[in-house]
Amino acid sequence: MKRLFLLVTFTATALTPGFGQTGNADNGKRLFVKDGCYECHGYAGQGGAAGARIAAIGLNAQGLIHYVRAPGGQMPAYTDKVISDGELTDIHAYLQTLPKAKPAKDIPLLSAIENK
Amino acid sequence: MARSKKISVDRRGFLKGAAAGAAAGAAALVVKPEAAKAQEAAEVHRPAAPLPGAKQTAAETSPPPPRVDVYTTDRPGSDFMVDVLKTLNFDYVFANPGSSFRGLQESFTNYAGNKAPEWITCCHEESAVGMAHGYYKIEGKPILTLAHGTVGLQHASMAIYNAYADRVPVYIILGNILDGRWRRGDVEWAHSVQDAASMVRDFTKWDDSPVSLGQFAESAVRAYKIATTPPMEPVVIVADAVLQEEPIALDERGKLQIPRLTLSQPPAGDYGAVREAAKMLVNAENPLIVAGRVARTPEGIKLLVDLAETLQAPVLDRRFRMNFPSANPLYGTGSVGSADVILGLEVPDMWSTTHSQTPINRMGMESRPTTKSGAKVITIFAGDLFAKSNYQDFGRYDDVDLSIAADAQATLPMLIEECRRLITPERKSVLQARGAKLAEAHQRNKQRDIEQAAWAWDASPVSTARVSAELWNQIKDEDWSLVSDVTFFSNWPTRLWDFEKPYHYIGGHGAYGVGYGAPAAVGAALANKKHGRISVNIQCDGDLNYAPGVLWTAAHHRIPLLSVMHNNRGYHQEMMYLEDMAARAQRPVDKAQIGTAITDPNINYQLMAKAYGMYSEGPIDNPNDVGPAIKRAIEVVKKGEPALIDVVTQPR
Repeated sequence: MKRLFLLVTFTATALTPGFGQTGNADNGKRLFVKDGCYECHGYAGQGGAAGARIAAIGLNAQGLIHYVRAPGGQMPAYTDKVISDGELTDIHAYLQTLPKAKPAKDIPLLSAIENK
Repeated sequence: MARSKKISVDRRGFLKGAAAGAAAGAAALVVKPEAAKAQEAAEVHRPAAPLPGAKQTAAETSPPPPRVDVYTTDRPGSDFMVDVLKTLNFDYVFANPGSSFRGLQESFTNYAGNKAPEWITCCHEESAVGMAHGYYKIEGKPILTLAHGTVGLQHASMAIYNAYADRVPVYIILGNILDGRWRRGDVEWAHSVQDAASMVRDFTKWDDSPVSLGQFAESAVRAYKIATTPPMEPVVIVADAVLQEEPIALDERGKLQIPRLTLSQPPAGDYGAVREAAKMLVNAENPLIVAGRVARTPEGIKLLVDLAETLQAPVLDRRFRMNFPSANPLYGTGSVGSADVILGLEVPDMWSTTHSQTPINRMGMESRPTTKSGAKVITIFAGDLFAKSNYQDFGRYDDVDLSIAADAQATLPMLIEECRRLITPERKSVLQARGAKLAEAHQRNKQRDIEQAAWAWDASPVSTARVSAELWNQIKDEDWSLVSDVTFFSNWPTRLWDFEKPYHYIGGHGAYGVGYGAPAAVGAALANKKHGRISVNIQCDGDLNYAPGVLWTAAHHRIPLLSVMHNNRGYHQEMMYLEDMAARAQRPVDKAQIGTAITDPNINYQLMAKAYGMYSEGPIDNPNDVGPAIKRAIEVVKKGEPALIDVVTQPR
């Protein structure tokens, strides 16, 4: 019985899109706009008053899927009827391509504010 | 100049006679069949009448005398109305023209020479009231606006509601023709109303419809006094068109009086209650001051700084007004959850500050306090002195521990004095230690904001943080004034700029009625003009499209104003709500742009501004082009002209 349980668990995990899989970043970019992720998080995933920064956050695809299904704060929950695990894996791949911010000290306008 | 012979007519007496005559006429019509029979019977028995004399015959057979047409007057009633309104010291009249106040308009421009107040041409009544709203928040003086009592007021009504919720005294005069006999044709019938002010009575403080010039004088002065007594609110006076246009009766000339305006002193809080508040605040370990619409005048900022520094208490500024300098170490630190005593100063919805509700991503609705157990809440709120029931801007009932119904700014000197009296040397050292920790937190907040601003720095569309930093770089050494709300701009200016002076920030809408932004900015910029300030407006695209004609008003009247478009090409708040609704219903979220996106075609605001006669650049989607464009636009503004830069921006 225990062996059967482990087999089922392994099979389910292996078939779960996003777990150990690499998404399609190009399709993820398309979905990021089509499904309105940018509305709260910005086109560059930078975040703002309406949503958190999601660029360069170090969350793996499975973590992203887990969060999107049952988010905290104000973010709506997206079930797999709305966005599939595969689509979220692609979105995750796109997020991985977004650049990190430059250090503020290397941006003269921000450095001036910082040093005032 | 010819004098009217109508001036001796007592209009009210005439109306009274006319009404009696009409009633008799109606009765005659009802009894006519019986009366006709009686008359026929009487004629049978009537004795023969004597023959008429020559004089009577001539009178009955000669043509009637010609009607005496009186064409002109040198003293219409509107002149006196203007005399009255000039005593109220309005700087400007903001109005879209309307026939029901044509008499007043003519008197303003000719009789009063279009000076003090000067007429400012508006393209929409909503713009006129919105401009008055913005003007007040910079200059602290009400502006006179005029509108038709019917269609004009319908246009103006949302802006009036914004002013009402924002506690701003806008002074509105409505034209109307009350007496139907004086209405010329269907237009004037369609533009007349029995009770003009009723449409906005739910969200104005007071109104009146005077039926004589004498009453107009008294009501006009009374309205000003009521509007400017906290809580300040809009007021409405109806100026009857016949009173405006007909001559002042000879027997009234020399008798009409204009009452003296005596402004009321704002009400300060009860001394005993203030002492109790001071005791709670001084003894608190973690007090928090929440600022709503505290600073009515520059003195209000000084007083709030004084109170915060006396207590070494953090200030959570709701930014409805320029209340507190952003560089002060006590600004923006502290939290509701950690406070043991919370002081709300002119906060209209204190409940929302101290409670959380089920967010939009959950079903159902529950609420809970965000305060820690045992925390005490004190409010000082002039809104407790005045309430109406229909419109619900008052928010949920505040279950607080000490409620002081008074004007906060007027109460602050007493509260500060009491706090100082209670602070012992030992207590003072505790407060100073608290202040040092808050200063460290303030510095951390600033550092966090700067680091966040760096994200998407080179992105296109341009990030709202980048636009804010580029703007600050150009204005920081100027005498500047931010004349727009920045809620939809992720509040970047209030996070990156140094707000210090009373005119540095204008605050928000009041009732969140979109369409306020552009006119409020133009009105505020007009107030800043005589002080030589550079007015900066971060202009949301959806807001501008309600009544973009206000750009023409800015160009026509040479109002120096720098507008930078927040062109995110959508009604973005609603787009996010639709995304929420679709996700809740587990249906496709890609339809959220239907009805909310402002694309296909994209609106070119550079061309729009140019069409209204304004210097403009854009659309700009390269972040490196923003700074130079702003610099060029500021040069235009410094010459006394408005300018607009269209920047294609990130959503928030």
